Parts: sequence; C-alpha cells; structure tokens
Amino acid sequence: MNGQVVIVGAGPAGVRAAEALVKAGVLPVVIDEGRRSGGQIYRRQPDHFKRSYDTLYGSEAHRAAAVHRAFDALLPHIDYRPETLVWNVAEGHVWATRAGETEAIPYDRLIVCSGATDRLAPVPGWQLAGCYSLGGSQVALKAQACSIGGAVVFMGTGPLLYLVASQYVKAGANVVAVLDTSPFAGRVKALPKLAEQPDLLWQGMKLTLALKRAGVTVLSGMTPAEITGDPETGVSGVTIRTASGTLRHFECDAVAMGWHLRPETQIADLARASFAFDKATRQWLPEIDGDGRAHVPGLYLAGDGAKVLGARSAEVTGELAALAALADMGVAVDKDRCRHLRAERVRYVRFAQGLAEAFPWPHQFVADTADSTVVCRCEGVTAATLRASVSEAYATETNRAKAFSRVGMGRCQGRYCGNASAEIVAALRGEPVECAGRLRGQAPVKPIPVGTARTDV
Amino acid sequence: MTGRFRRLDETDRAPVRLTVDGSDITALTGDTLMVAMLANGHALRSAEFGPERRAGFCLMGACQDCWVRDADGNAFRACSTEVAEGLAISTQPLTADWAVAP
Repeated sequence: MNGQVVIVGAGPAGVRAAEALVKAGVLPVVIDEGRRSGGQIYRRQPDHFKRSYDTLYGSEAHRAAAVHRAFDALLPHIDYRPETLVWNVAEGHVWATRAGETEAIPYDRLIVCSGATDRLAPVPGWQLAGCYSLGGSQVALKAQACSIGGAVVFMGTGPLLYLVASQYVKAGANVVAVLDTSPFAGRVKALPKLAEQPDLLWQGMKLTLALKRAGVTVLSGMTPAEITGDPETGVSGVTIRTASGTLRHFECDAVAMGWHLRPETQIADLARASFAFDKATRQWLPEIDGDGRAHVPGLYLAGDGAKVLGARSAEVTGELAALAALADMGVAVDKDRCRHLRAERVRYVRFAQGLAEAFPWPHQFVADTADSTVVCRCEGVTAATLRASVSEAYATETNRAKAFSRVGMGRCQGRYCGNASAEIVAALRGEPVECAGRLRGQAPVKPIPVGTARTDV
Repeated sequence: MTGRFRRLDETDRAPVRLTVDGSDITALTGDTLMVAMLANGHALRSAEFGPERRAGFCLMGACQDCWVRDADGNAFRACSTEVAEGLAISTQPLTADWAVAP
C-alpha cells in the first residue's frame, strides 16, 4: 500500500481527496496551479485583504472556511506544490512546472480534480476589450475587490449569472442588466429536479428577486444580437432581441458572459481516460464509475473537472475518489461512508440535470452564428473561415476543422471556442453535435516558457 | 485617470509604483498586474490578429489573453502575476528587431 498518490488541484474536490488519504495514512503530493488552496470557487483573497468570509462567499461562507481549514490542517503531512502547472501526463508521470523549472513526478495513482471554466458562446463583438468570462468577473470581485467596469451587463445563462450579478450589486457595482438566453418556462418545468437542493433553489429565487428590487433589468429568453463598441476603446453596449422579438440596447462598458461551465478535461485526456457524449449538456465527458474511477487503472476523476455538479458535490466526489483509490490499494475503507457519499452524488447529479434543463446551452443560437462573427477570440477567426474548413476543405469533425481554420489552436487551446466549433461544424454537416467530436487535449495544456529546465534528471 | 476596472473595497493598502508605456502609475500591494494596469488604463495589449485592444478575459489563467511584456521582453500573465515595485510594462506590439541578439 506504499503507492504514490498524486492529486492535481486543490479546490473542494482536491482538498477532500487529500484529507481522506491522509486520514488513512497515505500522504499524497498535491499540485495546485493557484497560489493558495481553495480552487476557483473558494479562491482566497491575497494576504493584505481584510474582507470577511461572509462578504466573500455569502451563503457558502461556512463551507469555504471548512475547506480552507481542512487543507491548512493537512499541510504538515502532505507534499503541497502551489503555483505549479501540470502540463502533461505520460508513462506514469505528471509533468509539473513552477517558475521555469519542470519535474516529472511519478505516480501509482492519480486523482485529477482539475475544475471547470466558463462555457462561452460567440457573440458579435465579444473580442472587444471589456468582455470578460462570467467566472472572470467573479474573480475580479472575489480576489481583487474590483468590478470589471463602471456599468456592467451580465449575459448568458445558468445560476452563476444571477449569483455573480447579485454579488456585484451587493458590493456596490453598477449592474445594468442580467440577460438570460433561457426561457423562464424551462425553469418551472425543471422544478422537481431542482428541488433536490431546496436551499440552493431558494437561494436562486431570492437572488433574482434582490436583483429586480435593486432596479436591475432581468430578462429571460432573450437572444444576443451584438456587443457594440470600438476597437480602440472597447465595449460601449449590448444589443439583444427580447423574447417578444423587439431589439433592446443597453449602454455599458463591460460585459460578463457565460453559459454555465465546462469541465477542464485535458489532463484526464492525456492520462488516456475514455470519453462519452453527455446529451443533457451536449458535451463529451470523461467516463467514470460511480466512485470516480476512470477506465484506466489508477486514474480517478473528481469535482467539476469530471462533470460539472458544483462545489458541494466536488467535496463529495473528491472524498469518494480518494476512498476508491484507497480500496484499490487494499486499504480497508468505511463502506457506510462510501454508500452515503454515493447517494449524495446521485442527488447532485439530479440537481445538475434540473439546471441543464432550466438553463440550456443555446445550441441553435450557436449553430446560427453569423459568418462575420469571430468564433476564435484568440486569433480572430470568423465563423465563415470555420465553415469553409467543412465546405471547402472537407473537415468532418472539429479537430480537422481546427487544423484547417485554426479555431481551437490559439492561446486558449480551444477552451472558449471548442463547444461552439462543434455546434457550427455539426450543423453545417447536418449531423448531431456528437458527430463533430471534441477537441483533443494536447500537451502542454497551457503555455510553458521555452527555456523551462528539467530538474529531476 | 479612470480606468476600466473600478475598485469597490480593500483600498487601504500600501501603494506600489510601476510604469506602463513609460507613464508612472500607482497600484496597491496585492494587486495583480492586470488590476494595476486596468485600474489606471483601458487595455493590456493589442490583438495580433485584429484591430482591437485587449484587456484579458478569464482572469483565472485559462485563456492566456492577458500576457504582457516588460522592456526587456520578459512575459507576464497579468491575471496571475502580483504587481511589483518598479516594473516597466509595454503594451505595444513587439518590434521586428526585438528578438535579434546584440
């Protein structure tokens, strides 16, 4: 049982995984891209900041504090590597880089808790300065006590849209409007599934009410038309078509946009996890069993990096994955605890299904992206160029389309265009979106300096 | 000068001085380079593939939109780099002679 366990990520999933291992006497290496543990959702503010947990995390303050405390208590027992990027997995090693030095760290078991990023739909003008991902707008507030602008429009769909907008209002920012592509009727239909987490459902309703009470325009079932602005000065407004079909314009200098989240699956991909198409979210997800085991022996996936189920679920699946790893190492684990955690996970899965129905990815809007719209923000590649890779170069799926059009090949490596590219390619070919496949993970999963030196040889 | 970002709280921190395109700006200890630049200005860099200025996007190290350089050509991801006294940042595109060895 003296196997080396490496955990990638120190958000709620990674923290609870590490805790379960240490409790069983197995001391893991924990590699964290962040400066301090907590991940994105429970991201900690810098040392010089003084805001309280209540101010930072609202209704989830006690959970954030508990996760931070749990990890701090583990520090004497584990090999913690903050500010360290895992950029490849190959032949039983994770390749980790910090400050220009890279090391191949061997593992017997690998628990990947890589989290999620915003899922983006291309909107004309989203390449302008002043457009930010929804999660990014929350980071500005949480980690730096800043608003992304003097007048902010929130656009997209999902619970995070309302949460971040209300956090902005509470912090004193000027929120102009919250514009949701999902029709309100869908939320009513999804109520039975959303009732799996009654306090979260109640939270969501309260947030929407508070926004309206604060005088913020809140619209459902709208369609984005354009983010207006100037290449030099950036965003000047947002034009949308309302559910009843009329055009409305909102003046603003910043837009926070996001359509729920997408898991960061590149590390799981490089570790050779298999993937299956998830109809509810129209995404390819790594395949795992109910405890988080991937089809590759010794590989475990937990948290939003496996399937977006939220922060509370990440604590559950992180612990479950660690218990699965321990059981596979021949360590006796508490079977009642496993059963309890599995049942919890099932409830979060049902709740997430409710969210996917209430706040659907607007795939038809994405498939209909105008030819002149930039799909790849990194390199300014338009939908016309992407479509030409199908109609003129005969690309049949999104990786081939990437090779011809460069959509998915820029700085972000397809994180913010991959979902849209699949929809556009599939629609043009008249096929279901799963036929367009998914952008394969490539090492390095994020840029590393050319001069990076290897230190373990 | 009003910048793109607005500070809403936590303004009681020690000042840090740096320059952007030769102009002095004042930031606060604990700022990211991105916040330091966008609390004082409107962009971080020019796009290489379009006419527009860029000001970052994801703020969590995923999109790589916010890389900036200092006068010596050192690159910084502005959203995840803490600001340091005396940094001299250029938001201008690299010139053709930058990579030529002396």
